[in-house]
Amino acid sequence: MSDTFPHQHAAHCETGVISTILRANGLEISEPMAFGLASGITYAYLPIIKINGQPLISYRIPPRMITRMLAWRIPGLEIKFRKFRHEAEGQRALDEILDQHKIAGLQTSVFFLPYFPQEMRFHFNAHNLLVYGREDCNYLISDPVFSHVVNADAKSLSKARFAKGPLAPKGLMYYPTKMPETIEIPRILPKAIKMTCRTFSNRNPFPFSGVKGMRRVARQIDNLEKMDSHSARLYLGHIVRMQEEIGTGGAGFRFMYAAFLQEAGEATCSQLLTGLSEEMTDIGDEWRMFAFLCARKSKNRGAVSFVEVADQLRKIARLEQNLFARLSEYRQ
Amino acid sequence: MKKKDVPQDQNSIFEGETKAVYAISEKGKIEIAQSSGWDVEAVVLKQAIEEIERHACDALNRAHSGETSALEYHMYAQRMDMTILAQASGRFKWQIQRDFNPKRFNKLSKRVLEKYADVLGIDVETLVRLPK
Repeated sequence: MSDTFPHQHAAHCETGVISTILRANGLEISEPMAFGLASGITYAYLPIIKINGQPLISYRIPPRMITRMLAWRIPGLEIKFRKFRHEAEGQRALDEILDQHKIAGLQTSVFFLPYFPQEMRFHFNAHNLLVYGREDCNYLISDPVFSHVVNADAKSLSKARFAKGPLAPKGLMYYPTKMPETIEIPRILPKAIKMTCRTFSNRNPFPFSGVKGMRRVARQIDNLEKMDSHSARLYLGHIVRMQEEIGTGGAGFRFMYAAFLQEAGEATCSQLLTGLSEEMTDIGDEWRMFAFLCARKSKNRGAVSFVEVADQLRKIARLEQNLFARLSEYRQ
Repeated sequence: MKKKDVPQDQNSIFEGETKAVYAISEKGKIEIAQSSGWDVEAVVLKQAIEEIERHACDALNRAHSGETSALEYHMYAQRMDMTILAQASGRFKWQIQRDFNPKRFNKLSKRVLEKYADVLGIDVETLVRLPK
């Protein structure tokens, strides 16, 4: 199956891997559909968790959750997750799976993968990829963030799987053990959408997530005025990196969610979903505008004030709250 | 974002690879489009890399003047920080901070040095030396 593997170039690693795995096993689910059905979209500002000394700002649910949510939501789908204590053990288990001509998803670090461009290697441990075969010591890999299949030698791959540090993958490997024949998307949709709408409603009790999280970050940006300019610049740059660079399909997953709404609208012939999909793309454009303003301010180009940047984020919060309020009226 | 608006700013960091983003096609369908990079992204990534390099350079200067040990330089050179190194090596942050003292660092046992070298992905020889 090595030459003809149906590789998928995807916007995000985790959704890309799970979508390709399900497709290879005969269940037709696109990347945005997997993302939407897992209620993957969110906004979370977590100042306690630091990434390179900066607070974590996430636009999707935590790593592994998308895969777990899908396994939980789709009736008849079971996915096995395995972690290992020793490198040799992990490699043996992977070989066993490959010898059975199955494919497996892996969680790895980015830093040790030889096929990544040098400058893009950071110590980021929650990357996902898919192994579909082995040729001697080389593993054949379908990494969704690349437009083509790649390969890695056993030693580097093992090192990437057992990288240490925050979010350490511990050799995590996952593969489906039970596959449903078909999937009834219209039946799962209402649940998935309802959960997302709850996150973005004003009634979300957790003040660091959803629209309240956005407003909190906006207040932080207001206050950057008082901070020294070097740290302020780094903070704004960090916000943009979390939104755009870490495989989000642009605009912090908003475009991907719009694609999901469009697909769902077609599958259920729902005018509401199709209409909201268009609005979601407009909101995505606003997010890109926000990234643009941040980068501009962070480079000290043009006369943008911190308040203007923050106001853009507040505007987005308002728009998203409004959109998800209307989406919550969706019924089967 | 329309497909024709997908940024194609030739980000050199990608080394010829492309990135997938979702955009609206002419028919109004939202699908994957290839982007060769966006300037906004390139600016902030460059900024982040420069920040790490600034730390590394600063540590190197201080190491040469004997204010810190080679460990601090190699930590930044491998794009790590204190938190990552602590979690990866299994040592406490205060222990690492202590090992930044050159006197202490020179007295470290082989076992500890090997641990640091392993986590940093370099050999012990490189770890105890500074680049010219």
